[in-house]
Amino acid sequence: MVTRYFGEPIKRNEDPRLLTGRGTFVDDIRPPGLLHAALLRSPFAHARILSIRTEKARSLPGVVAVYTHADLPPVLQEPLPKLIPHPALVHHKTQYALAPEKVRHVGEPVAIVIAESRYIAEDAIDLIEVDYDPLPPVVDLEQAIQPGAPLVHEDIGTNVCAHYTQRVGNVEEAFAKATHVFTERFVIDRGTAAPMECRGVVAQWEPKMRQLTVWDSTQAPIPIRNGLARLFGLPQANVRVIAPDIGGGFGPKIMMFYPEEVLVPFAAMELQRPVKWIEDRLENFVAMNQEREQIHEAAIAVDGEGRILGVKTVFLYDAGAYIPYGLIVPIVASTTLPGPYKIPNYHCEFKAVFTNKTIVSPYRGAGRPHGVFVMERLMDRVARELNLDRAEVRRRNFIQPDEFPYDVGLIYQDNAPLIYDSGNYPACLDKALEMIGYDRWPSERERYRREGRSVGLGLACYVEGSGIGPYEGCRVTVEPSGKVYAATSVGTQGQGHFTSFAQIIADILSVPVEDVTITTGDSGAFGWGTGTFASRAAVVAGNAVALAAQAVREKALRVAATLLEARVEDLELRDGRVYVRGVPGRSLSLGEIAVAANPLRGTIPEEWEQPGLEATRYFAPPRGTFASGVHAAILEVDIHTGMIQILKYVVVHDCGRIINPMILDGQIRGGVAQGIGGAFYEKLVYDETGQLLTRTFMDYLIPTAMEIPEVEIAHVETPSPLNPLGVKGAGEAGVIPVPAVFASAIDDALAEFGVRITEMPLSPDRLLEIIRGARGRGGGASP
Amino acid sequence: MKRRARANPSSRTAQGRRSAKAQVSPPPLWTQKEIKVRVNGVEYTSTVDVRMTLVDFLRHELGLTGTHVGCEHGVCGACTILLDGQAVRSCLLFAVQADGAEITTVEGLGTPERLHPLQEAFRDHHALQCGFCTPGFLMTTLAFLRENPEPSDGEIREVLAGNLCRCTGYQGIVEAVRDAARRLRSAHGA
Amino acid sequence: MKPAPFQYAAPETVEESLALLRAFGEEGKVLAGGQSLVPLLNMRLARPSVLIDLNRVRELSYIRDEGMTVAIGAMTRQRAVELSGLVRERLPLLAEAVRYIGHPQIRNRGTIGGSLAHADPAAELPVVALVLGAQLVIRGPKGTRSLRPEEFFVSYLRTALEPEELLVEVRFPAHRAYGTAYLEVARRHGDYALVGVAAMVRMEGERCAEARLGFTGVGPVPVRLPEVEEAVAGRHLDDATLAEVGRIVADRLEPQSDIHASAAYRREVAGVLAGRALRLAAARFKGGEGG
Repeated sequence: MVTRYFGEPIKRNEDPRLLTGRGTFVDDIRPPGLLHAALLRSPFAHARILSIRTEKARSLPGVVAVYTHADLPPVLQEPLPKLIPHPALVHHKTQYALAPEKVRHVGEPVAIVIAESRYIAEDAIDLIEVDYDPLPPVVDLEQAIQPGAPLVHEDIGTNVCAHYTQRVGNVEEAFAKATHVFTERFVIDRGTAAPMECRGVVAQWEPKMRQLTVWDSTQAPIPIRNGLARLFGLPQANVRVIAPDIGGGFGPKIMMFYPEEVLVPFAAMELQRPVKWIEDRLENFVAMNQEREQIHEAAIAVDGEGRILGVKTVFLYDAGAYIPYGLIVPIVASTTLPGPYKIPNYHCEFKAVFTNKTIVSPYRGAGRPHGVFVMERLMDRVARELNLDRAEVRRRNFIQPDEFPYDVGLIYQDNAPLIYDSGNYPACLDKALEMIGYDRWPSERERYRREGRSVGLGLACYVEGSGIGPYEGCRVTVEPSGKVYAATSVGTQGQGHFTSFAQIIADILSVPVEDVTITTGDSGAFGWGTGTFASRAAVVAGNAVALAAQAVREKALRVAATLLEARVEDLELRDGRVYVRGVPGRSLSLGEIAVAANPLRGTIPEEWEQPGLEATRYFAPPRGTFASGVHAAILEVDIHTGMIQILKYVVVHDCGRIINPMILDGQIRGGVAQGIGGAFYEKLVYDETGQLLTRTFMDYLIPTAMEIPEVEIAHVETPSPLNPLGVKGAGEAGVIPVPAVFASAIDDALAEFGVRITEMPLSPDRLLEIIRGARGRGGGASP
Repeated sequence: MKRRARANPSSRTAQGRRSAKAQVSPPPLWTQKEIKVRVNGVEYTSTVDVRMTLVDFLRHELGLTGTHVGCEHGVCGACTILLDGQAVRSCLLFAVQADGAEITTVEGLGTPERLHPLQEAFRDHHALQCGFCTPGFLMTTLAFLRENPEPSDGEIREVLAGNLCRCTGYQGIVEAVRDAARRLRSAHGA
Repeated sequence: MKPAPFQYAAPETVEESLALLRAFGEEGKVLAGGQSLVPLLNMRLARPSVLIDLNRVRELSYIRDEGMTVAIGAMTRQRAVELSGLVRERLPLLAEAVRYIGHPQIRNRGTIGGSLAHADPAAELPVVALVLGAQLVIRGPKGTRSLRPEEFFVSYLRTALEPEELLVEVRFPAHRAYGTAYLEVARRHGDYALVGVAAMVRMEGERCAEARLGFTGVGPVPVRLPEVEEAVAGRHLDDATLAEVGRIVADRLEPQSDIHASAAYRREVAGVLAGRALRLAAARFKGGEGG
């Protein structure tokens, strides 16, 4: 089969729509009779609710309803579901639709108002009187584990909700025998995904047919559909959840449930009018899940040649006030840390800790950036302490290309063994070094020094677990028109599935890619699946797409064989038609075959799975597939102002076979931008009372086109043996090693001062402080 | 939202307003006002609450949902439109302020069947992923290229810094603007 | 994030505006460019009962050459100032600083008067007005008065404007005879300054005859440091002098810490920028760009 789309930078099918303002985002949905919701959110990080008075709000003209916890039916008064349980997660506390008698973070919903307009709803919010009894909050992660710290959930007597260790070999022995042991403490602060589109929900209830339709800015419409059906006692077929165009997901748009995802459908059903809630940016900062806060005490043991004998980290993971999403982020951090290296002895231990801050769930990277930061910082440390070249130290420890599949010895986030399927780490490193000009760097660096400029080169290697199960599905249909329609279970938030999946089908069915229409994110179109997360859509849904298209192709040939009175082996599918080889006059279009496969009269063969030119297939990977790569950067620090400038940034990326290189590079560049944000600009700052001080775009600094450099990208392709397409995930790759690369480059730029970066994010202020501190400890004079 | 215009007729003075010396009475206060705006060449008359923002008016009163709301405090630029030819943040304007103005939104640029060269360039260079920030970038760029038809890359990045994108890392957008500048110059026979 | 209810007025003359301020000045707010005020309205951090929209008061929009002075109407858009040939030629420091204000979309609506009346402690225009010795012309019920920037800027986001008064004009002394420079450090392009410095120098040969330095982002109001200005008078602007400038600046300023930068950072960087700005201003004087 000749492919002509797979691997090509095909222009996106969805662009004409999106470019002309014809996208359909949740706020663009406007059923007639629409009501608008606004939420009253806790202004305190920790408080008891003594009373709530809503009469003034209810009597404001234009207000239709006001609900507090007491007004909800019993099923909505309970904590919302526990996703992803884990034996180590002994206190799996989850959030409420509306806070019962206590609030545990700023932004926790306390009441919801439904009114004729959002303006009036917000007026009504102002009129709700809540009597709070503030309690001392616990905000600092390390304070939260101290005895006597305020308890986020008093009934469990602790703020530690999970304690989990994974081990390989015997790390104590390895450290005891090692000639060199280096320890380090790493602190990574909170950040938020900040998609350009905030969250939103529109719900419409049709009471006669008992049909609930929900438009939700979610990455996982099918689980939401299943959850809502269960919650409201409806058959799944009576609930339809549509994730239309989504203005960026990045992880936190996957929950079950955010309070609004149940409150808005509830209100619509109660009031028998459609209800819309659109999150505003102030809400998004406190009410959409955050991530990134971890503190690691790590250590590495090496021999005299820098070969790793053992690695150990003990870390604290800040879960926020509740932990609906379970231990995914710290488990991913734990299992990403080993990276591309052979680590015979490994100990990774973490405590998940409640604090009176916003709930935490995965944000692009989902713990991988932390694992990479710790490991790569330790590797740079080894190089510096043993006076070895940074690249050479890494090479000495790489898993070699002929050593796959490589069992790391851990259990991954999918509860399957962490076994790297394929990769070529030396090739990625070599390519990155070539692109960044590593050989020339010592003399380049010298030249900068003579000009009085502090410029450094950084590099970081990573392995990224992707493409995990459990499964996804796809139904491909050829209609009598000859056009192809496919529906798949994942949603799309900009990743280009409408194009990349179409490319897969277009190649298999030999039709123009513009003739393939993909539907994603609609539980009514396809009802079995989990969602878009963990860099898995291309792998899992993509392979389901391929399997379904392949099944349709095979059926088309079988049906055509009968009609053309030929054998299947003598047929070929070309340009949307099935030909008998060597007999040019005898052919049928796919559309004609589709008609034949669905006759109005007569009989159809028993062997047919179903009528029509249609097939539904699922792909369930046995375990994750492992992408990898290397980032390298040259970065300048103005040691008088602490400002930085990225002079050069290169990415070498291996995600196996590439479906659409243009889309792939876009994903990488977007990830790098978020990584740079998380390295130098974006920091969520809480004060000691648990107030979020960085609550707008004026204070939480998203990098602009002036801060994000050009990124040069090269690809290495080691196909995955775990799926027919040979693809690996790529959605998170861009962000994963950026903090490590930044730190590596700044260490190099400020090497004369003996600076060692062990925290993220940085800022100009912090850099000057670090430089001042290093100088005070006797670091070199200014260049 | 109610449609009756409310004015305060008793505070209008019969005398002219231009007397410099005499104490002038304050002009009327409004809670709702009738406005006339021309959007993408089409004239609309509407009575609006004075506190309704221009972006909400465009999206919900006129149904032009191509302009998006990202922050409502003037940083992200998703709401950028052209007001009398200038790129402005429509979340920081009230609809009443646009009375008598000429507005261009992304709907006025092109259609899926006939994309504007700027939109073609965005597509060719993968300058959008989720598409939410895209109308804002298009309008900013449209105004910019009219003023500066031969920009350097530095100038492009500088003008784009007033719009935030979370998906693309900006490189595709910069390339698209560079290419669009070239296309527009040749379209105008430069 | 929708504003709380308010009543709206759209005067078309200064007299009408003043009449509104007389009637509603206490509980009302003036709307100029809106780039600072409307976010506050949307966040409900400001809840005026009356919004007085000045955007139809055309008589407040002008840039006038008055010989030794350039008079700019309070409602003149920052973008108009940025593009004005007159400003570029006669008020180079203003022309340079205005480009640091946000982004073009902000400058298309933001006004000179609005920015000054808002008095953000990290804004660019207040420190430029201070260093240039601009006159701020105010009209109110008691007539017209003129304030110097030192009198006008009172504290964070507070000026000497009474509730019934309106800033109508800013009069900038033409300063082509000086070399000028505006520098700032900001987290991202277009952000408010962490620290900003405006410098004006007059050179006599290789020596600095006169220097003025203003700082923004270092306290509730923009600041000049007479000790620094005296220290450089009559001296070469060499490394030693500029190092001393840096020390005096870091020593004398009393900035606050906030989430974006500590007081120590602002002090230190103000010293660094002061040196860089003086050097740049001197180079421009020598190069004949000022003059």
